[in-house]
Amino acid sequence: MKRWFKSGDPWIWLIGGAVSISIIMVVGLLLLIAVRGLGHFWQSPIVETTFHDEGQEIVVLGTIRSTETVTAQAVREAGFDVPEDQELVTRYLFHLGNRDLTGRDFQWFIGDFLEEFRYPEDAIMLERREWGNFFGYLAAVKEGDQIVAEGEAAFSELRERLARARDLVDATVDMERYDIGRINFAIEQERLEQRRIELNDRLGSEEKAERIAQSEAEVARLNAEYQELFEELTELRASGRRDSLVARTSDGREVTINLGDVVRATRANTMSVPQKMREYGSRFWAFMTGYPREANTEGGIFPAIFGTVMMVFIMSIVVTPFGVLAAIYLREYAKQGPVTRIVRISVNNLAGVPSIVFGVFGLGFFVYFLGGNIDQLFYPERLPAPTFGSPGLIWASLTLALLTLPVVIVSTEEGLTRIPKAMREGSLALGATKAETLWKVIVPVSTPAMMTGLILAVARAAGEVAPLMLVGVVKLAPNLPVDGQFPYIHLERRIMHLGFHIYDVGFQSPNAEAARPLVYATALILVLLILVLNLTAIAVRNRLREKYKSESD
Amino acid sequence: MNMGNEQGATSAPMASVGLANKDNRKRLSLRNEEISMRVKDLNLYYGSDQALKNITMDIPNKRVTAFIGPSGCGKSTLLRCFNRMNDLIDICRIEGEITIEGNDIYHPSVDVPELRRKVGMVFQKPNPFPKSIYENIAYGLRLQGVTNRRKLDEVVENSLRRAALWDEVKDRLNDNAFGLSGGQQQRLVIARAIAIEPEVILLDEPCSALDPISTAKVEELIIDLKESYTIVIVTHNMQQAARVSDFTAYMYLGELIEYDDTAKLFTNPAKKATEDYITGRYG
Repeated sequence: MKRWFKSGDPWIWLIGGAVSISIIMVVGLLLLIAVRGLGHFWQSPIVETTFHDEGQEIVVLGTIRSTETVTAQAVREAGFDVPEDQELVTRYLFHLGNRDLTGRDFQWFIGDFLEEFRYPEDAIMLERREWGNFFGYLAAVKEGDQIVAEGEAAFSELRERLARARDLVDATVDMERYDIGRINFAIEQERLEQRRIELNDRLGSEEKAERIAQSEAEVARLNAEYQELFEELTELRASGRRDSLVARTSDGREVTINLGDVVRATRANTMSVPQKMREYGSRFWAFMTGYPREANTEGGIFPAIFGTVMMVFIMSIVVTPFGVLAAIYLREYAKQGPVTRIVRISVNNLAGVPSIVFGVFGLGFFVYFLGGNIDQLFYPERLPAPTFGSPGLIWASLTLALLTLPVVIVSTEEGLTRIPKAMREGSLALGATKAETLWKVIVPVSTPAMMTGLILAVARAAGEVAPLMLVGVVKLAPNLPVDGQFPYIHLERRIMHLGFHIYDVGFQSPNAEAARPLVYATALILVLLILVLNLTAIAVRNRLREKYKSESD
Repeated sequence: MNMGNEQGATSAPMASVGLANKDNRKRLSLRNEEISMRVKDLNLYYGSDQALKNITMDIPNKRVTAFIGPSGCGKSTLLRCFNRMNDLIDICRIEGEITIEGNDIYHPSVDVPELRRKVGMVFQKPNPFPKSIYENIAYGLRLQGVTNRRKLDEVVENSLRRAALWDEVKDRLNDNAFGLSGGQQQRLVIARAIAIEPEVILLDEPCSALDPISTAKVEELIIDLKESYTIVIVTHNMQQAARVSDFTAYMYLGELIEYDDTAKLFTNPAKKATEDYITGRYG
């Protein structure tokens, strides 16, 4: 036994065990969110069954979200009449949809009181823009008040007309977002221009009046243009809402649903596997590229992905030069002594400060102080409405840059120390000054170390949520930070963020059951996004390493 | 501090080498040589340790001068005084005077990078930059603001030819210099040093990391180069000193013990300490 300890084998086992446990945990985590997140987009069959309870019979129609086994005791206590000799009871969580009719989306049913499951072929599932999913049976498709298809033919007619309606609705949304948005923006600019004229002390009152009149004329022209567009929009909207469908619910009610409100319709039980796969791809794509609906519990997460990426990019652009310059100063120019040591210790400790503290600092310093002063100086015409004086993309990025600065400084410094003395001397001996040596030899050779710092910074920044809630991330941002209006990149706008989106959907959502799979899916996208960002940076670093390969590496 | 007392006494005639001990002062055949660099009463301290004691010597122009001596005797330190490489060490302090063609290189008005352009240096381990072979040679010229491609091409080729490396690398000038062998790298570094046309080349144990074949090539190169440059070489290898140098200085514990014609020093050393060292009885 003693010899076994001396041989060093226990250490190898210990180390191997620790590595295996870490790997298992990471893989397990990824698998969990991948399975839960990706499973959401798969069309599960629509189940029809009858629930018997105290003489009542309720027809249940929906998809099964989850199944669990509970003790019979707990069910008995809840008031259900389960036989005494039975110990375990299976219960099913049904996604029933029809929230507008019944007021509930999800319901647990105890398996013992359910009849055998049936999979009716004519059951349809509609994904709607409002009120969540609808489950029922298609009766007819109408154009206006005219019935155009009934029975078997109804579904294919529905799909065709649905595609048309969806295109029209998309066109309406685009028009609202871009054309109307452009005019509103221009009108707002004119209003600001008028304020600016009023605030300009150098202008005489006559000149002011003249200029304001000019601006008013422009506003009138824009309003006219708006009126025109609005009419066009109304027409488009009406056209999109021309068709509707008539459907019957499981309890026999007949409802009419306008096709303008439907996103997609499926007859789940007749779908083949390839069809399901196509449907899966289409849903996943919609999730990635769509805008959120229904308090973020439905629709896509595109603004959150976009916001996260933008924020990380701006953060990288800011943190890299600052971190690198600070590290170069600390390592190459500062006199190594107690002061530099204190600075270095402080920088390292900065990395350990809880991120929310950075958020508070960002709010106090960046938003209120810097942003407030920028507004005073450059945007007086917009006051009291803040421009930069409220949380926004730029402040979120700067706060994260501050948060990740220590990481970049430390890795750059490490890279600088690793460079062999001989290389510096070689350059100096050729008559290079210190600065020339630094910029032509030392900095290029240490770029891989800087990239390592950046990789760590990106990984930390993309996953950070707490400070962002204070400095610029919101539940729902009306506009992306990049659009077609001058100056195209709007750094002052609030953004959506994947991390915050997870928190919001998971914990702040009114419809927790509906939101849960989205939490996993969003988490998966966040992890993948960080992975993609990191892999890009790693690829760049490896290229640099190859380029500046030296014996020492 | 008896060294200091003797400083006055060692103000030797210009074309001679003053030694620490005036009884042993010796006039060299250096008399007939043109002098490139002069060292006068040089004392160098690392903090409170004295690394060089009262060195006074003249380095002849366009000759190879070798410094030999056991490790830690200060020969590399002395070499690095000629291009002020010791400036990089914070705790290093220098007293005395070194002149190159009459100019005091430790005068406050001296432009150190300019000095290093005139006094090139090759180090113990080859230290190419992690750039292409071409860019390694062109580095010094680019520092001087040369951007003309034809001029650069010309200098790169000439330098590599003079360093006897051209034939080996002419087809892969754009490859990373670290792909070369150790011996090739060392010749590359020499080519890099001569590309900027220095007046003096300092070689700090240039062959200690090389195999015998590469060493032979570098030695040949040194002999070729003395036509055009003043060369000072530090070496541990006495055979090498005997083979390549015209003059040899033996140093021990920071003092210059003997400095003479190489042939004379190796065949008929004036001092017992020198004889012991070169015959291997040292220590």
